[in-house]
Amino acid sequence: MGGEPGRTGREAEDSAGWIPEILPTDDMSAEERRRLVASMRPEDAEPVPELHEVDVPAELEERIQAAMAKYPEVRSASLPALWAVQRHYGWCSPDGIRQAAAVMGVTPAYLESVATFYDLFRTEPVGRHHLLICHNLACWLRGSEDVLDEFCEAAGVDAHEVDHIGASSDDGEVYLKGFECLGACDIAPMASIDERYYGPLTPDDARTVIDQLRSGADPIPDKALFGRETAGGPEPEPDPRVKQGES
Amino acid sequence: MATQTRMLFRHIDEPGLASIETYRRLGGYRALQRALKEIEPEGLLTTLEDSGLRGRGGAGFSMGKKASFLPRGEMDKFLCCNADESEPGAFKDRELMSKNPHQLIEGIVIAAAAAGVGWAFIFIRGEYAQTADVLENAVEEAYAAGYLGKNILDTGHRVELVVHRGAGAYICGEETALLDALEGKRGNPRLKPPFPAIEGLYGGPTLINNVETLSNVPHIVKNGADWFKSFGTEQSPGTKVVSVSGRVQRPGNYEIELGISSRDIIFGLAGGPFEGREVKAWFPGGSSAPVLTAEELDLPYSFEAMADAKSMLGSGSIIVADDTVSIPQLALRTARFYHHESCGKCTPCREGTNWTVKMLERVISGEATPMDLDVITSVQDNIIGHCLCVLGDSMAMPVGSMVAKFRDEFEAAIEAGRAAAPRPLDESPTDVKPVPIESIA
Repeated sequence: MGGEPGRTGREAEDSAGWIPEILPTDDMSAEERRRLVASMRPEDAEPVPELHEVDVPAELEERIQAAMAKYPEVRSASLPALWAVQRHYGWCSPDGIRQAAAVMGVTPAYLESVATFYDLFRTEPVGRHHLLICHNLACWLRGSEDVLDEFCEAAGVDAHEVDHIGASSDDGEVYLKGFECLGACDIAPMASIDERYYGPLTPDDARTVIDQLRSGADPIPDKALFGRETAGGPEPEPDPRVKQGES
Repeated sequence: MATQTRMLFRHIDEPGLASIETYRRLGGYRALQRALKEIEPEGLLTTLEDSGLRGRGGAGFSMGKKASFLPRGEMDKFLCCNADESEPGAFKDRELMSKNPHQLIEGIVIAAAAAGVGWAFIFIRGEYAQTADVLENAVEEAYAAGYLGKNILDTGHRVELVVHRGAGAYICGEETALLDALEGKRGNPRLKPPFPAIEGLYGGPTLINNVETLSNVPHIVKNGADWFKSFGTEQSPGTKVVSVSGRVQRPGNYEIELGISSRDIIFGLAGGPFEGREVKAWFPGGSSAPVLTAEELDLPYSFEAMADAKSMLGSGSIIVADDTVSIPQLALRTARFYHHESCGKCTPCREGTNWTVKMLERVISGEATPMDLDVITSVQDNIIGHCLCVLGDSMAMPVGSMVAKFRDEFEAAIEAGRAAAPRPLDESPTDVKPVPIESIA
């Protein structure tokens, strides 16, 4: 990084690449936050980290580089890079974001602004297994509230928190979040468990899933969506026009 | 007896359909051969426009016309397949992509060739991780078989295709927000014009189409516009994959010929409501469509008939609410979703969705008066058409329609709520303190 010419004042005494030691957090009172933000100057923003100064795990760097190579413009790799960070660390940790920023040549603040926009990126550490429980219209119409309640009960987490920002169980095994339409209303009420779709769920299934995840078992395989036949039943006799189009 | 007309869903459960061998064995990629070797790009555009294919993502705009808006000539042009399917009630693209990814890829390559596009993207929502894996695998197969890449089938056409995973944001289904997300930014909608066809991804002309729209393309190119127009109605040609969900016996995806009666879909195919129950309200085109009532079940299911009924076919997702469902609760659920998903850029949407949720909560908790229903209605009217994108409208339309069509039920809910938790109307709030101006900064 190194001090750039023309930067004066606190820059000099703080040596190369001054990064504020205290950043505003949600725990601060409004007064504290205001004072801290007022004391910062534009040059206090963390610059683009130099790749050789950041210790990036080889596998992570490789994934991000591969994503960057796929697009005509590097910044398009922001989402794939954040996915890579999340898969590596379990969440988009500040260190992970800084590493991705170094590989991509953007500021950590830029990637953080992107990460905080999207629901699926976790900007705080969460439980090991990720459960998204749909409770949008179609699932709600088929009893998702009871399923969600049972999930919370079984995992021992606060239902209100799950509904709003998501919550992790005390043993760190499961993270639950009430989610808006996951696009599987055909199997409502449903949930996404570690990125796989399951449904239709009953409150009993909820308890079973939590137990199975805690014991390291594959959750409710018979309720998995993938590989299931389409709802209309077996292939009907094709329409004559469709048949003719195939000849 | 209602029947399906399977064109896109033909062979949908054939084992191995997601693999290139099976797809080819069933006649796949023949349309691409024809499109690249026998027809000029302008001819392809004409065929698509003549077919009358309308966008299946929600707006129902002519696909061929949209493609023909792209400027001609040598320049960087882009195609984005919108696979962000996030509209509550919609799940057709998931099944189309998970089970028949090559049909979509073939459609993308043909559309790219027609519009002179060299870079194509499939923007798939991050939640569809399993489906994205299927797509990535299929894209790899298509590259290896020479259907993608620098010199497709030795014709000199070049199309690169990238599967781009979103990360959970409903707004990214809006085409300009999708472009921002694809450029690696926060997915905020852009001001239009310029429209993406002129200035889209990376500032270049961009064609954006839904998964189902593009999946239709190989069939049209293979059999011609007239053949395609033999399906459906004059203004809504073709078939439609309809996602039926909610309180019906057999929820699922059904491919129908546009123009059949809505009752045939909901009762004939999806089995109708549960034993002893009745349809009370239904969304004909996802949760952003104004609701229709039981009296409107015999309307033909087509773009024009739904528009005439002051609703819309949208993405073709029917959500059924039966007589056990409280409409004010349904309205609140609907409003909450859009409130959560509003990106916050435009004031009418950000504030309108927020206040609608609060007012509907008050309707249910007994703190509202019947006058508040007029306020709710006026808030909806003030959202519609006043934002960069239609997210706010997507709440305003269904909520407004519910208040208009089921007003007595809202009034009853207010009365019931007030009876359960009486609160004198003249009671001035005591828990509100003035906020000093300097603390707001």
